[in-house]
Amino acid sequence: MSRFKTTIGLEIHVQLMTKTKMFCSCKTNVLEAEPNTNICPVCTGQPGALPVTNEEAVKLAVKAALLLNAKINEVSRFDRKNYFYPDLPKGYQITQYFYPLAVQGYIEIDGKKIRIRRIHIEEDAGKLLHEGESIEKANYALVDYNRSGIPLIEIVTEPDIESPKEARAFMEKLRNIVRYADISTGDMEKGALRCDANISVLDTETGVRSNRVEVKNMNSFKFVEKALEYERDRIISYLEKGENVPQETRGWDMNSKRTFSMRGKEEEADYRYFPEPDLLPLIITQDYIEEIKKELPELADEKAERFVREYSIPEYDAKVLSADKDIAEYFEEAAKIVGDAKFVSNWMMTELLRELKERELNIKEVKIKPVHFKELKELISQGIISTSMAKKVFVEVVETGESPSKIVERKGLKKIDDTALIEEILKRVIKENPKTVKKYKNGKTSVLGFFVGQIMKETKGKADPKLVNEIAKKLLDEV
Amino acid sequence: MVDLNIDELIGRDILEETLKLLKNDTLNSILEVGLLKGNEKGKYFGIPFLVKDNIVVEGFKATCASKILENYSPPYTATAVKRLLNAGFSVVGKTNLDEFAMGSSNENSAFGPVKNPVDTDRIPGGSSGGSAAAVSAGYVPFALGSDTGGSVRLPASFCGVVGYKPSYGLISRYGLVAFASSLDQIGPITTNVKDAALITQIMMGKDPLDSTTVDMKMDLLTDLSKPIKEYKIAYPKFIFKYEMVENEVLEIFEKVLETIKNLGARVTEVDLEFMKYAVAVYYIIAPAEASSNLARFDGVRYGVRKEKEGLKSTYKYTRDYGFGLEVKRRIFMGNFTLSTGYYEAYYNRAMKVRRLIYEEFKELFEKYDALILPTSPVLPPKIGEIKEPLQYYLMDMFTIIANLGGLPAISIPAGEIKNLPVGIQIMGKQFDDAKVLQIANNIEFALSGGAKDE
Repeated sequence: MSRFKTTIGLEIHVQLMTKTKMFCSCKTNVLEAEPNTNICPVCTGQPGALPVTNEEAVKLAVKAALLLNAKINEVSRFDRKNYFYPDLPKGYQITQYFYPLAVQGYIEIDGKKIRIRRIHIEEDAGKLLHEGESIEKANYALVDYNRSGIPLIEIVTEPDIESPKEARAFMEKLRNIVRYADISTGDMEKGALRCDANISVLDTETGVRSNRVEVKNMNSFKFVEKALEYERDRIISYLEKGENVPQETRGWDMNSKRTFSMRGKEEEADYRYFPEPDLLPLIITQDYIEEIKKELPELADEKAERFVREYSIPEYDAKVLSADKDIAEYFEEAAKIVGDAKFVSNWMMTELLRELKERELNIKEVKIKPVHFKELKELISQGIISTSMAKKVFVEVVETGESPSKIVERKGLKKIDDTALIEEILKRVIKENPKTVKKYKNGKTSVLGFFVGQIMKETKGKADPKLVNEIAKKLLDEV
Repeated sequence: MVDLNIDELIGRDILEETLKLLKNDTLNSILEVGLLKGNEKGKYFGIPFLVKDNIVVEGFKATCASKILENYSPPYTATAVKRLLNAGFSVVGKTNLDEFAMGSSNENSAFGPVKNPVDTDRIPGGSSGGSAAAVSAGYVPFALGSDTGGSVRLPASFCGVVGYKPSYGLISRYGLVAFASSLDQIGPITTNVKDAALITQIMMGKDPLDSTTVDMKMDLLTDLSKPIKEYKIAYPKFIFKYEMVENEVLEIFEKVLETIKNLGARVTEVDLEFMKYAVAVYYIIAPAEASSNLARFDGVRYGVRKEKEGLKSTYKYTRDYGFGLEVKRRIFMGNFTLSTGYYEAYYNRAMKVRRLIYEEFKELFEKYDALILPTSPVLPPKIGEIKEPLQYYLMDMFTIIANLGGLPAISIPAGEIKNLPVGIQIMGKQFDDAKVLQIANNIEFALSGGAKDE
């Protein structure tokens, strides 16, 4: 057991995929619109303007709470969080402080429950751009209120996360969940999913727990993991010297790959929370919840069970393939086209997922499509190419998008199962490698692989490895 | 005092002559003169009205009588005003007020105090002093004000006209610059009760842009003149308890009680236990909500900006320059009562007591049809006479309770002493506006010696 035990809690903001903003009817297409074109008196804080709750946002928030296994409060309320900043048009944010929408949820990561303390609804602020390093020192700053008023849910976890890797896994699973039910795009790079983390480390040898550090500015799953790794290591280096890090807020700098102190950016503010007098309390009845439940998509776990039942694929494969909505869709489409679910799941699990990971592609972008799987299967079952050749062809399809049969044709990759030819090459190889043959004869049967390998090399992978194996064994035994 | 009556003006176009009158105003009641014509096909086309300058009307500035908004032109029009424009009425100007509606004397305006037309050495009352003065001076048949703690009723009383605060939730606040969101209501200031009922009827109704409006059908006009025989009217014991209440006011009040008895209604003294907390509760809740509502005035998006090096300094300089003393005082109070460590002891506790006041009224109105009491404990003071904030706040003691309870409340002229007008209030159960107006109408008729026509 490691000397240092890490504790992480996350505070996550998710932009809800509604057509209009949280408290007014401005459009939410933040990214396509010119600055300050999706604005109105309400979301720019004009005198006399009033908020009106977006029902669609409430619905999505309730869906999220259900998918996160949380307990929904029948009565929750909006409150004002008061502070001054140019991206906050009213001088306060409408949020839920005292009575949030839902509490006590969880997400399971590899059989472990990461508990969620609370889920609540609030509005987003505008986007601030200032020249230079800090707004205090900048010569000018620009504000775009298109984002002001976009609906958000804030999810706060208990400090159950024990490693940066786990934190990343949590974020990725959360993303899958919100994408599944069309709650949010979950796109971290575009700011639809944002997270801040609190991290502390316990030195189990001395019993000293470090101060808690807040880490912000991690705008991708990879950076969540990297930033927290950096921070954990930084904290450990202090603890090892018998020192402690200051309790502060630090930002992740993706260029220098370090965190830097943001002390002074957020002084201890008193937000003077009080109930929002312009809005009625949110009443979520049991009937309403039942209606929403009907609209929930088949959840990942149910889908996994169904995959095992319907497609007779292994439970492990089913779990992996159902975890992501898009991958699940792809699998089912391919299984339908190919007519052999096991084949599809095998090839997806071993070949496709690896390619996606290595090339950092998502399943919607990858050039190999479900219909290509059908071709591959046919090429193999008709004996035109070997399985190992098919794997190479697979990679080529991923790279070029060209159909497997065309690739086989163009590159002349047809399987060689000409026994005579194989024997001829083998005899030559055996003659050229007497030492290795001796090893084989002395019982080191694993060197068979060397001979097989040579044939494969000479035939540029086209020989049928099973056949080569058989023939090599036969010939070596005869020597 | 000229007495303009909406009924008598139907079919006449007096817009141009009204604009002339306004330009010659010497009471400092008008901040901006202009013309936004109503719907030409509307029944009331040709009839002018004024709007308090904390209610937005596109085409006019909305200064809220504050330096911080002295150059602000709103990009939209308040719902209540829109409905009046639809009915044909035309806006002819914006009236002066206590800055951001914070005040009871209209001495807190950044653009100078308003004079009471009945006696120009005296205050017209506030915060809708400009609106009340203009109606009293006969410029327009009605003007819109806003009432958070009595700001429509008190100036109406001091200027000898009618001021009505409808039940909270009846009239959309969309477009009313918020002072205290849970207390604010737009209300008409008129020369007679019937017009107050008419204007309210046109303005009221659910507004999808204001979540605090209710969806209730109400007929405020049909039963206005129905007699109030056998009605049970209560009046509170506490009005006789406070030293601050002037004898002249009580004199007029007792005369009104007699009038009511002569109309066949029954008059009973009641003891309202929580009334003694009303002023304290109000002066915790209102400034708290105000401190938050006024945070948007930061010089970033609109209004005046006083730039200094750095963001914080710009905020500070802008707000220091832009806000008057009374506004600053209330923002401080609000920030204090909402701050960590004090929220529970002040704001939260005040909200709980407010609930008790609300419940006490509910009980009261189960037994009685209405509550009657003076509008102001004092006759209209001279300009500059009141110096202490606390003394100032106590002028609201009789009006505040209606805002705390969300109750309909109207002030009508009840008589004169030393040539100064004294008003009395009729308050009713929340959403019992029709009854309150009916009672007020009957009393108004009786007080005029039955000389007024229906």
